[in-house]
Amino acid sequence: MDERGPALTVPSAGRLRRPASVRWGRGVLAFVPLSFLALFFAYPVASLLGIGFGEGSPGKLLASPGVRHVLWFTVWQAVASTVLTVLIALPGAAMLARYRLPGRALLKALVIVPFVLPTVVVGAAFLALIGPDGLLGVELDRTVWAILAAHVFFNYAVVVRLVGGVWAQLDRRQEEAARVLGASRLAAFRRVTLPALRPAIAAAASVVFLFTFTSFGIVQILGGPEYATLEVEIYRRTVYQLDLSGAAVLSLVQFAAVAVLLAVDGLLTGRRRAARLAEPTPRPPRGWGEWTFVGINLVVLVGLLLIPLAVLVERSFATADGYGLTYWRALGHADASSALPVPAWETVLTSLRYAVAATVIAVVVGVCAAVVLARPGRLTGPFGLLLMLPLGTSAVTVGFGFLIALDEPPLDLRDSALLVPCAQALVAVPFVVRAVLPVLRAIDDRLREAAAVLGAPPLQVWWRVDAPLIWRPLAAAAGFAFAISLGEFGATVFIARGDSPTIPVAISQLLGRPGAINSGQAMALATILMVVCAATLITLDRLRPSNAGGEL
Amino acid sequence: MRTPRLLAVGVLLAALGACSSSEDGKSDSKTVTLVTHESFAVSENVLKDFQKQSGLTVKVLRSGDAGALVNKAVLSKGNPQGDVLFGVDSTFLSRAVDAGVFTSYTAKGGDALPSALTQGTDGKATPVDFGDVCVNYDKAWFAGKKVAPPTSYADLLKPEYKNLLVVENPATSSPGLAFLLGSVATYGEDGWKDYWAKLKANGALVVDGWEEAYQQRFTVGSQGKGDRPLVVSYASSPPAEVVYAEKKPADAPSGVVTDTCFRQVEYAGLLDGAENPGGGKKLLDFLLSPTFQKDVPLQMFVWPAVTDTPLPPEFTKYAALPAKPLTLPADQITKNREAWIDEWTNAVLR
Repeated sequence: MDERGPALTVPSAGRLRRPASVRWGRGVLAFVPLSFLALFFAYPVASLLGIGFGEGSPGKLLASPGVRHVLWFTVWQAVASTVLTVLIALPGAAMLARYRLPGRALLKALVIVPFVLPTVVVGAAFLALIGPDGLLGVELDRTVWAILAAHVFFNYAVVVRLVGGVWAQLDRRQEEAARVLGASRLAAFRRVTLPALRPAIAAAASVVFLFTFTSFGIVQILGGPEYATLEVEIYRRTVYQLDLSGAAVLSLVQFAAVAVLLAVDGLLTGRRRAARLAEPTPRPPRGWGEWTFVGINLVVLVGLLLIPLAVLVERSFATADGYGLTYWRALGHADASSALPVPAWETVLTSLRYAVAATVIAVVVGVCAAVVLARPGRLTGPFGLLLMLPLGTSAVTVGFGFLIALDEPPLDLRDSALLVPCAQALVAVPFVVRAVLPVLRAIDDRLREAAAVLGAPPLQVWWRVDAPLIWRPLAAAAGFAFAISLGEFGATVFIARGDSPTIPVAISQLLGRPGAINSGQAMALATILMVVCAATLITLDRLRPSNAGGEL
Repeated sequence: MRTPRLLAVGVLLAALGACSSSEDGKSDSKTVTLVTHESFAVSENVLKDFQKQSGLTVKVLRSGDAGALVNKAVLSKGNPQGDVLFGVDSTFLSRAVDAGVFTSYTAKGGDALPSALTQGTDGKATPVDFGDVCVNYDKAWFAGKKVAPPTSYADLLKPEYKNLLVVENPATSSPGLAFLLGSVATYGEDGWKDYWAKLKANGALVVDGWEEAYQQRFTVGSQGKGDRPLVVSYASSPPAEVVYAEKKPADAPSGVVTDTCFRQVEYAGLLDGAENPGGGKKLLDFLLSPTFQKDVPLQMFVWPAVTDTPLPPEFTKYAALPAKPLTLPADQITKNREAWIDEWTNAVLR
């Protein structure tokens, strides 16, 4: 990116032909994400904020101690959650990226599973563990510790996937060379590996920060109403009080936070080149040091991620008289008094349809955006900000924005079946960009130049040079996009839909009625959600183009 | 190497086309669209009946809860997403009516409904069903402890009920708001805050939503995992516990403290700017027809608005409706709702 390779003497014809087509190509590439973001994000959100600011003078709001208190809590819990998540998940990322372990593919998929679960269900699992008379024996219910623990639980996968994707491709020989030259294991990590991982860590940390900064359900359920984030305040003002001007001010505060974060992120990432990429094969751990490291990580994984998930699975089988399939059977046949308007399997199909569509959209838009951003230009900053803003925007704002902005022909999309996947893709796009960008920037330009010199047109250069290298992070990001869509609730629930509910919406419908059969079915559906998510991710991790190197 | 280029261009076009193509959402005179919340439910054959006799196809658009539904209707006023809106309740009816969301129309038979249900509708909305928000208690828990369950708002302050009650946040939950309004109806505009200070001192736990209060904290709803035998829920929760039990119990596991019941009415109305107002009127009439009214209790666990509708045995046997539920005049709710919620938040949560 900033360290150009040696100037090559290229035949002048090639020289003249390339810039024109490249410029044209990049224009087209930029058009895709820009038009998508304009239509499904900027325009709807600006419309809603416009109404908000047209309603009155909202300046007073920020001066009120209640709002300042909320802002302070939002920021510090997000910082604490991010630091904790990175510290706890980084070793996990190393383990899953570098060592070949039995069940590794399953573990890699399982870490993402928390991501798709509705917060109310996760709240139930955590309550069983750390609530009154909880299994773990410590009562953290309704404390900030419960919130932080749940945030780590949810976001562990972000670090494992984003950092692990790069870590798996780092050329190990550099670290080995440092060791041979006498550096200790730690020094080699600090001086060689860590700098190479820095962009990916920064990318993961900023995504985790945004997810926790805009945390909603977890804060409500595990912290209780005494704790409120900006997101909770925006939701309350928009949905219940119809105080759009107050919500608009708070939304701007959230935007400002995203902008600050990206600036910090830019400083952290620095302008260094990432290390050389190769495709080292993961190997089994050797020696007691490595085995201890793996052991500690497995304990964390089991304790933090698998036990809460196991609690939910257990509940789907735990009936009044011992374990049985009562709830699963109830899911199977929908009778007249069922809480769901359709048979349960239909909700699974609906969720899958939305998730596939959202993933395709997110990958196409995200890759286009990443290619544009990979070469710094004048618009990189604003464009990068626009891409990240959806993560820092309340789902309610987007949902209500759709309603008032996309309501006139030719853009009356309010009940278009594509509105839901497009809204879900909005949240997933930044993810794809963050996963792919560090790798694209790390690709040695000389490779591309060499291909061009040998007469390959730009698209073929991309296909032969860039595509194989970004495949692994892209698969990771696609898995994430899929998971995000599968578990998305906020925007989905606000968009009026004529078809069957998605799994998370169905779970909330079931939990919205009294009776053991309903809550049991909700747990069974949550289990289905976990299985669908894990199965998809395992499949995605195995898919690869024939020309991608290494092994997955 | 034309493949990658063609492939890339094809994918791009497909993606753009996918997102910008709008389906043909135009409704014709043969389709009538009902905009409602996520909890709306109707038996399939009841809906089929209507479609057969009217020749109309009903499209049901669901989203969010009652609060979100009203606000979305206000925001899309004049250019609604459908013809009929079902699911605005008495605490938010005024917001919809004042904003001009509805056109004047009362469903056939709407004039004959009791005035307690039609107050505040202004001829623009029709009451379809009603329910009561009341404190529920765990029968077995109190029997086991040999303590009589509470019988009123005042009882909840007694030491024997310390740390037993879970309530919802009125800012984020419809039953929570109803319970707050009930305390205003009981203690007046001057006394309710004092009541809440004492209730908090007596260990009432506040959570944000009904799901969490009932399914995770209430001893009955959580199958013994929670530790609160008193919860703010609905008068219809005990029959629901019977209907949705694993094995039909002889008696409902929970009971209702009838003196704490606050009435909520649910309305439907013809949306202003509807594309098919004729079909919308037919659909509204249908909502008050005996077929639909009979279907309401076991579908949505509320009481039908039409007085002489036969009730299912679960409702006659396990549900208690208070003779005189608590209510507040619609205009008093409208005037004070936001201020009360803010005062409550400052008094109870801060």
